Amino acid sequence: MGKYFDIFVGWFGYKLDPWALLTLGTIANILVVVLPVLLAVAMIVYVDRKVWAAIHLRKGPNIVGPFGLLQSFADGLKVFLKETIIPAGANKFLFLLAPALSLIFGLVGWAVMPFGEGMVISDLNVGILYLFAVSSLAVYGIIIAGWASNSRYAFLGAMRSAAQMVSYEVSIGFVLVCVLMCVGSLNLTDIVLAQKNVMFGVNGYFFSGLFPMFIIFFVSALAETNRTPFDLPEAEEEIVAGFQIEYSSMAMALFYLGEYAAIILMCGMMAILFFGGWLPPIDWAPLYAIPGIIWLLGKMAFFFFCFAWIKMSVPRYRYDQLMRLGWKVFLPVSLVWVVLTSGYLVYFGKLAG
Amino acid sequence: MVTAITFYILAAVLVTSGIMVVFSKNPVHSVLFLILAFFNAAGLFVLLGAEFVAMILVIVYVGAVAVMFLFVVMMLDINFAELRKGVMEYLWVGLLIGFILLLEMIFIVGGWNMTDGIATTITAATPPINEVTNTEAIGRILYTDNIFLFQLAGLILLVAMIGAIVLTHRKRDGVKKQNIGDQVRRRRDDAYEAIDVKPGSGI
Repeated sequence: MGKYFDIFVGWFGYKLDPWALLTLGTIANILVVVLPVLLAVAMIVYVDRKVWAAIHLRKGPNIVGPFGLLQSFADGLKVFLKETIIPAGANKFLFLLAPALSLIFGLVGWAVMPFGEGMVISDLNVGILYLFAVSSLAVYGIIIAGWASNSRYAFLGAMRSAAQMVSYEVSIGFVLVCVLMCVGSLNLTDIVLAQKNVMFGVNGYFFSGLFPMFIIFFVSALAETNRTPFDLPEAEEEIVAGFQIEYSSMAMALFYLGEYAAIILMCGMMAILFFGGWLPPIDWAPLYAIPGIIWLLGKMAFFFFCFAWIKMSVPRYRYDQLMRLGWKVFLPVSLVWVVLTSGYLVYFGKLAG
Repeated sequence: MVTAITFYILAAVLVTSGIMVVFSKNPVHSVLFLILAFFNAAGLFVLLGAEFVAMILVIVYVGAVAVMFLFVVMMLDINFAELRKGVMEYLWVGLLIGFILLLEMIFIVGGWNMTDGIATTITAATPPINEVTNTEAIGRILYTDNIFLFQLAGLILLVAMIGAIVLTHRKRDGVKKQNIGDQVRRRRDDAYEAIDVKPGSGI
């Protein structure tokens, strides 16, 4: 906040009244984060397609621009010029609201994402709860789209999505509780700083008893963002793209933007909760010479690569298998881990605060 | 000034959406207005400085409870025009109950007496806001000061949950379920048999 605020003070002097300055500063801050995120979404779609292509032993997008780098922009332009078709039986307002909601919930989470110490729009002291809340809201875009489309396939997709989100949120909640107990704070900056030199000079909770929680979080993140093997809401082969079936042009593009923004946010959450955020992987002085944001973006890119890799390597879960994994495997394991972690912290007197 | 404007906007939208929950023709719209009301309530909590309660409100009510509401309401095919047919017949009963409730509330609120020294009790119970975050303050009250009551409430909820499951669970015959243990234990010999069939005889 402070840095950009000062820039604005420098530009306009103190002639503007403080509230106008604060508003301008906040808007500038938001743009500084949101524009790169949207650009990153465009590029990450390209990366996604290139990774899939590599796994398929094909070339992937390589025509538009050097190495096909501009493919996403070409697609965006094409989609922009198409007609938005609204089905006759659809609820018009909700039908158009749904993709917008999907994009909004994909973007608002970035408000608390720390890119470095102090490099954050809003340093909430309940930052992790905010992120949890926002990631659980992403389902509304899908449910509303499914219902407003007035189509059976879309509705089936929406129902699946609702059940899936509610199931996997529970285990994500317990994973977060484990991390929070070790840190003793709900602030994301504190969470990152607490991971300095966890064990043997390694930065990050993954290198400790919390490693199983990282695995559960990773799989639940796949489920929360509707990625394979949990892409039941849009399952092309069963319910022909599910909730997106009636959408065309920009409305559909907004769904994709929101989905990918949420995926990058989840990658960022994993980096911050378990891999020490902007800290280098090993607590060794020369590594701190590289700016923290590069470490953070590198970790996010790695997790995104894993997402793309998984998408091409595993088949889709069946609905009952999905429910079994969520309720009968992840929930008990994460619950037991909460008990174990708290027991360990209390017994060895390591409880923070 | 900005706080006041924000408060009035949030409060106005909250009250309006609360009214719309009751008066919407379509039940799905009602639930969506309910969600909007939750959001604005969370906004009011943030204005009060109770950010923990605000986030929990969004996570629990908007993220889980309202999703379930939407789920159920969308699945049910309720014909509300039919339901509203008898509304004028029973209107007087509703009005009567409402009136009695209003009278009761007037009696309770009218007869309310603050204990002496309430000011000291309130100030003593709240730790200074710049030393303790409100997450920690709530945790201290729930898990340290009133731990037994909290555990008791938890037990009651557990009993209610088990009761609900026992009452609604029914065993059905002829349902095929995946048994992963059986799948893993299955060997080639269990599934495969080579038979030497003589020509013209069949199995």
